[in-house]
Amino acid sequence: MSTDTSSPLRNIKARRTTIQNIARNLKTAPISAWFGMIVILIYAIFAIFAPWLAPHSENEIIGKAYEHGSSIALLGTDQIGRDLYSRLIYGARNTIGIAVLTTLVSFLVGGSLGVLAALKRGWLDQGVSRVVDAFLAIPVLIFALMMLAVVGKSIVNLIIILALLDATRVFRLSRAVALNAVVMDYVESAKLRGEGMGWIVFKEIVPNILPPLITEFGLRFCFVFLTIAALSFLGVGVQPPTADWGSMVAENKTLITFGNPAPLYPAAAIALLTVAVNFVVDWFLHKTSGLRDGK
Amino acid sequence: MHPVLKTVLQRLGLGVLTLFAVSIIIFSSLQMLPGGYAQNILGHGATPETVKNFNHELGLDRPAVVRYVEWIGNAVRGDFGNSYSGTTGTIKRSVSGIIAPRLYNTFFLAAMAAIVAVPLSLLLGVLAALYRNSWYDRIVNSVTLTTIAMPEFFIAYILMFFFAVKYRWFYSLSTVSETTTFWEHVSRATLPALTMTLVIIAHMMRMTRASIINLLASPYIEMAQLKGVSKSQVILRHALPNAWAPIATVIAFNLAYLVVGVVVVEVVYVYPGIGQMMVDAVSSRDMPVVQACALIFAATYILLNLLADIVSITTNPRLLHPK
Amino acid sequence: MASDNKRVKGDVLLEIKGLKIDGQSDDQWKPIIKGIDLTLKRGEVLGLIGESGAGKSTLGLAGMGYARPGCRITSGSINFDGMDLVAASEEQRRALWGSRIAYVAQSAAASFNPAHHIIDQTIETAISHNIMTREKAEADARDLYKRLQLPNPDTIGLRFPHQVSGGQLQRAMTAMAMSCRPDLIIFDEPTTALDVTTQVEVLAAMRDIVEQFNTAAIYITHDLAVVAQMAHRIMVLRYGNLVEEAPTREMLKQPTQDYTKSLWAVRKLQKPETTSDDIILSVDAVDATYGGGASKVLDNVSVKIPRGSTVAVVGESGSGKSTLARAITGLLPPSKGTISFNGKALPAALLNRDRDTLRRIQMIYQSADTALNPRQTVRDIIGRPLEFYLGLKGAANDRRVVQLLENIELDESYIDRYPSEMSGGQKQRISIARALAAEPDVIICDEVTSALDQIVQEEILQLLMKLQKETNITYLFITHDIATVRAISDEIVVMHRGKVVQQGLKSKVLNPPYPAYTELLLSSVPQMDPDWLTGLLAKRTKKN
Repeated sequence: MSTDTSSPLRNIKARRTTIQNIARNLKTAPISAWFGMIVILIYAIFAIFAPWLAPHSENEIIGKAYEHGSSIALLGTDQIGRDLYSRLIYGARNTIGIAVLTTLVSFLVGGSLGVLAALKRGWLDQGVSRVVDAFLAIPVLIFALMMLAVVGKSIVNLIIILALLDATRVFRLSRAVALNAVVMDYVESAKLRGEGMGWIVFKEIVPNILPPLITEFGLRFCFVFLTIAALSFLGVGVQPPTADWGSMVAENKTLITFGNPAPLYPAAAIALLTVAVNFVVDWFLHKTSGLRDGK
Repeated sequence: MHPVLKTVLQRLGLGVLTLFAVSIIIFSSLQMLPGGYAQNILGHGATPETVKNFNHELGLDRPAVVRYVEWIGNAVRGDFGNSYSGTTGTIKRSVSGIIAPRLYNTFFLAAMAAIVAVPLSLLLGVLAALYRNSWYDRIVNSVTLTTIAMPEFFIAYILMFFFAVKYRWFYSLSTVSETTTFWEHVSRATLPALTMTLVIIAHMMRMTRASIINLLASPYIEMAQLKGVSKSQVILRHALPNAWAPIATVIAFNLAYLVVGVVVVEVVYVYPGIGQMMVDAVSSRDMPVVQACALIFAATYILLNLLADIVSITTNPRLLHPK
Repeated sequence: MASDNKRVKGDVLLEIKGLKIDGQSDDQWKPIIKGIDLTLKRGEVLGLIGESGAGKSTLGLAGMGYARPGCRITSGSINFDGMDLVAASEEQRRALWGSRIAYVAQSAAASFNPAHHIIDQTIETAISHNIMTREKAEADARDLYKRLQLPNPDTIGLRFPHQVSGGQLQRAMTAMAMSCRPDLIIFDEPTTALDVTTQVEVLAAMRDIVEQFNTAAIYITHDLAVVAQMAHRIMVLRYGNLVEEAPTREMLKQPTQDYTKSLWAVRKLQKPETTSDDIILSVDAVDATYGGGASKVLDNVSVKIPRGSTVAVVGESGSGKSTLARAITGLLPPSKGTISFNGKALPAALLNRDRDTLRRIQMIYQSADTALNPRQTVRDIIGRPLEFYLGLKGAANDRRVVQLLENIELDESYIDRYPSEMSGGQKQRISIARALAAEPDVIICDEVTSALDQIVQEEILQLLMKLQKETNITYLFITHDIATVRAISDEIVVMHRGKVVQQGLKSKVLNPPYPAYTELLLSSVPQMDPDWLTGLLAKRTKKN
């Protein structure tokens, strides 16, 4: 359909600054996105200021095991008498920190390889793509379990293994979006001008593939975060005594059968954050895709 | 050769090749450890003598290629060697002997979830696509988005908390053994199956909805409407014949997801399946069992994707009726 | 089927009054059709013409009582043979669609369902509306295929859509529309996606069948010459408003509105022919293939380009004209032959050319949307070649950018704009400025006006001619549009299936005697004369 409204566009209004643009976008954000952003902000505050916000320290034993909630221990105590509420707050710092770090490494490795493969094509692209295809045929959780069995459980191992596995997924996506950008005439135009690799990558391609990659970062973060939580829950991820939400669920799981919802708190903490991130990502997707369902 | 047959054979070949590559990755994961597996297991205090003995006992002192050929050759015949956890004792337990009953349990659970989840989510997904932007669609959208974002164990414990602990409708722990009868098995596996059903339905509905909306945006669907074809005929005659490929992809993706999700759910409900077994083996670093489980999971995953692609190929009119 | 006695020519069939339609963009409803009246009599063909954004497709579809998703009819009435389509229920409308009002879409390839035989789709409405038995409908479809001059009319229906060519599929869609002998057919740009030589056959087939069955039609197009062949009466639309309406011959002879006149004026641009013996760029016996494949995309191609002139390379899709540009720029090194520039052989591959050589040959693309980086401002886009080739930095660079903006008739306020903040024509001007910034000897223009509306095309072509006069620049102008070639070229190269059919001065190529392909190509280009198609068909049948 021809709904091109660009023709009578002689006098455009004055330039908007980036901040004005962001403010304008925020104004149109739906409630779900606002909810998501506020939740993420609260989590970030708790993660950064954990030592000041938690009433007790991470591993301080303040009472008997499995005590119910009281004025000293808001949500009760865990299996060796540590304050659940304080550990929940420290958990934000540890669990989110590990997931963010892992996702960053994954994007650094997968993203740069993906863009490079899209630009260079040829044997590099073929080689990396085939290896990645093989890795994609193994579910991440299964592969991570196997590798952890081989190299042993530790936070560093966990981060490296998950980052590399996740990088295969990031590679696929960044290669695909970069391929879309690489075939654009403005990239060809830069090549014809005689521009070097650096210019083409950082001035022509990267600025154009950043929006989808940022959205993907949110989704990959959720995935990594949930995988780490699952591995910790299974007892092979983050190891005690570090406060971590997945491990905390596992440590207190027997309480459920006695009708005590204590293990649900850390699980809910995980769920709330991923739901929040998903709401924000959903809004981003809606904004950037330009494809509205209603059409 | 007919293009469909040719493409199917190509795809089968690719599947075998992928499986081969995956088996190499799984096998060689053990070799990647600096200092070797024995050193790592026995600790730094181990004398070279003990390391040597350990390696010899497990056959790790032979060349990797020889061991791979032997391993994969036996694996194809269903023999995954002996569990390490028995090596210090006198009885050597065969890996396949331990796996077989648990594999049955896992497939039992996955099948229970799939039988409910697949038809239900396809139906709900198609409805959401047909009535998109209605209140039904909006509610479904937010609910599924929320469900997808939750960890499986959260859903599992909530269900357990309410349905097993508060109301005592179901068992909180799904202990089954070889003597459990079929219906007893079904009733004990209800909560884990329900957990997985919820997770899968959310994923499948969203994907079904998206692919149907995509399909309905095709110009030939608009053309059919403008030809005066009735609503039901537009769906049945014009959309459905072109929908098999995306639907098959959605189903395969989610069944594959089921295979992975089963690990956590089995642990929550202490259900004796292959997932829980793998987790135990990882903790005790019983490598033959870990590798066998990984290979089985990966093979299932590859097979499901292969099936979906074959459905797509054999329903593609451009391939079925070449120029 | 409507009985024949109802079909009295001259009765009003469709009457639209005060129609307003809104369309959704960026979550806001904006008017697309701003109050239009339209009357169509039985057996009459009405042409709707206008540029992109005129609302002609939306209006055409409204003639069926249909608004696309994202559009809504806000006021007005659509009266079809006594029935108000706006007030009618969906069931009532569906009963009309296909049987009494039919639709022919632009892209036949996308509008046929890939999963069903062509004939099954042709007769679907006739059967589902219980108008005919299956046997009768199939026999009728074969008859329609024959009337539409489809090859193998008895068996072509048993093929699948992807098994026949685009031109054939477009005729099959016309047969589909005709299967219930509707009172009205909406043709929505049905030949826009076709090559000119294919277009002639499809136009002729459609016009004949509409005449034979005395069907009324709304023919939507942006091409004046096409609508002149097809329509009895023409409505000119712009921005959702009616500009002018008149019988075809009257409107062609004396358009009254300025906008309509300006649409006609496009064809009047004419560059006086010049020539020179000073060859700046020469392509000698060049072969090229894609991916090392066996089939040659360029087959022994030789072209000479004189300094300061405009050489137009013309051909249909698949002729190899764009590949020629890729070979010259070094993006696709030839497998055989040489390309020389200023008398010296150019290195075949882009990587082996030095910066000064690259500077001297610049390129402008068809679509400024993909040729300009959406994340760069005009300052970055034009400033980069200035810095890269000429070393201009800072204020000097800015000053030169502003000068170039003046050269392309834009003022300095554009310097901080992003491509998305400009119109199509303005963006194409920026592309031209970027090429000019390098101070090149040769600019390769690859279909630079094809994506633009006619009036904007004219402006861009005039700008290019002005710049040539000022700087004696050489253009290699790649296009499929003969009207453009006529307007701007000094010399013409005709290409067909990877080979050069003819090269020569414009006056020579555009006048007889013609090689066979040139004659086919030139004669297939629609003329403004409403008798052109009739005359051409008569001439062609006489020859055979």
